[in-house]
Amino acid sequence: MLAALFVMTGIALVLGAALGCAAVYFKVEGNPLAEQIDAILPQTQCAQCGYPGCKPYAEAIASGEAEINLCTPGGDDGARKLAELLGREFKPRGAPAEKLKIVALIDEQTCIGCTLCIQACPVDAIIGSAKQMHTVVSCYCTGCELCLPPCPVDCIALIEEPRTPQNWRWKYPVTGLGVFT
Amino acid sequence: MKARIFNPRGGVKPDSHKKESSESPIRHVPLPPRLAVLLIQGSQGSARTIVTVGDRVLKGQCIGEAEGADGTAIHAPTSGTVTEIGYYPMAHPSGLSSQAIVIEPDGEERWITYEPLDPATADRDELILRIQASGIVGMGGAVFPSHLKARSNIKTMIINGAECEPWITCDDRLMRERAANVVTGSAILALLTGARQTLIGIEDNKPEAIAAMRAAVRNMEPVTRKCPGAGKMNVVAVPTRYPTGERKQLIQVLTGVKIPPNERVTKYGTQCFNVATAHAVCRALLHGEPMVSRIVTVTGNVERPGNYEVLFGMSIADLLAFCGVKPDTTRVLMGGPMMGFALPSLDAPVIKGCNCLIAASNELFPPSAPEQPCIRCGDCVDVCPTGLQPFEMYWASRTKNLDSARRHHIFGCMECGCCAYVCPAHIPLVDYFRFARSEIRARDEEQKAADQARTRFEFRSLRLEREKSEKAARLAAKAAETRAKAAAGGNAALIADAVERARTQPPAQDNAEQDHQK
Repeated sequence: MLAALFVMTGIALVLGAALGCAAVYFKVEGNPLAEQIDAILPQTQCAQCGYPGCKPYAEAIASGEAEINLCTPGGDDGARKLAELLGREFKPRGAPAEKLKIVALIDEQTCIGCTLCIQACPVDAIIGSAKQMHTVVSCYCTGCELCLPPCPVDCIALIEEPRTPQNWRWKYPVTGLGVFT
Repeated sequence: MKARIFNPRGGVKPDSHKKESSESPIRHVPLPPRLAVLLIQGSQGSARTIVTVGDRVLKGQCIGEAEGADGTAIHAPTSGTVTEIGYYPMAHPSGLSSQAIVIEPDGEERWITYEPLDPATADRDELILRIQASGIVGMGGAVFPSHLKARSNIKTMIINGAECEPWITCDDRLMRERAANVVTGSAILALLTGARQTLIGIEDNKPEAIAAMRAAVRNMEPVTRKCPGAGKMNVVAVPTRYPTGERKQLIQVLTGVKIPPNERVTKYGTQCFNVATAHAVCRALLHGEPMVSRIVTVTGNVERPGNYEVLFGMSIADLLAFCGVKPDTTRVLMGGPMMGFALPSLDAPVIKGCNCLIAASNELFPPSAPEQPCIRCGDCVDVCPTGLQPFEMYWASRTKNLDSARRHHIFGCMECGCCAYVCPAHIPLVDYFRFARSEIRARDEEQKAADQARTRFEFRSLRLEREKSEKAARLAAKAAETRAKAAAGGNAALIADAVERARTQPPAQDNAEQDHQK
């Protein structure tokens, strides 16, 4: 009886020490779940979900305080992927995912160089300085629309990226009278 | 020397339909009332306009400069006046439009002053720059810039005269009539690439072309004899089988080297050029003529099928009208029936990659039977020359399971269409593969953009954080300084400081006035 007690206590102590060491030495920095969620989010940084960027929203989902269907650019597709990852129930976003890429364009004749849009841009895609004309580096622009409200002269427009043979896509084959189409 | 032939797997033998267009010599097309030269000739990049409306241009004058390292130039196909720079439909399955320079011919066909280069004495870089400046691209249909390929260092060069697709005969006629130029161009390309051996592969259903090319190799011009690669030039008759004309397939047939789908041919010491490209290289270097025209096979449902020397920029509708297109034509295919596509608009001008136009009627190309379910018979696997499993790729593409499609090596597919040709269920397999491939590419682009946005957002957050803490530190240091001064001299010293600052600073009103004067 006594021997068994000692053995069990011994095992408990050894395992407890091992677990304690592991907690210290193998500590994971950051939140791996939040990173997985962040990888699914479209990184538009548009803040339409109510959080100041994709990462904060990912952290909010990971901690369970946010719904998974708040991302407008991600649309139903994104919400479905999040539901799959988290094992939660899918909730529709409503608005379908916008597929054509849009980018901001500053009308350089109208721009007064106030720098307000530069401060609003979450991905530093606008360059310029005070009283100098600003311009959008279109390959960095995510089309988040955050630069529109601060502009005092309404000189920013969102335009669709032109279709070229490079970004044109083949359509899903449409065939008539197939058994399953 | 009897060359050894290596037989690859798969492939099909469709009816060749070559005789319709191969029996008459290459004919010239009269000058059309206007020529619209597209700035985007292939999918590889575009040229930059260097002429304006109203300019007079000579035949062969550069009107669009090569943009970037992989761009190629475009040239005026005839002498005349630039009347418009506007949008014209492209000969592309998308039906998109692109900018084009429209030239109204003056009918004089006045050439620029020729500036030939002697390959034996000229510098290699100079020759390659000339190829780029002459606007030479792969003429087999892929339109890949030739100067990029000429830059490679290889052992064996393959000249592709296989022309395996049914109906097309433009390379056949070119080799029969202009074999000497093709051989000279091949020798120059061998010199540029440092190839020690040159193999010219021609399918054995073109005996006249093979004979002409063999004669041309025997009687090679002395100027090309100096090129080291020219010594070992061999014309090889390869068995007729589709798709032997695909470059990796032809390399395998001629050298026995099997190149995996995702690897470059130069890694295996080989490179492949089309015969028409070799011909264009010869014209550009030895005669100083840039690319302004090409031979186009016009065949199918037309009165006068054959091969035509067509200036770039001529409207496809005009060309077909000249060849006598019959009224019951339902659509026009560009490229062959296996890999080509139906043109969305006949107003598209002829481009450098336009090797063949087939007028299709319901008689020649009956509408395909309705698609039926795949029964996994495996016929597509037997014919796939790349050794892929088309039916697996089909299942993945049909259900939009893009990851699975990629796992089944959908990017190894060359879209030759053998699988769709033999499919007993009439499934348009290649259409599904094209759809899945462009979806995967678009998704990859989106992912790349998202990753970039993420790093930029994180960097910005970091920067804002750092600026905030730096500002806080600066204010704290200033406060500490003030406190130290107060401790040392009491409040009186601080007040004296402030008074001094106010005196030395110019009044605010003056500032405003100065600004105004400026």
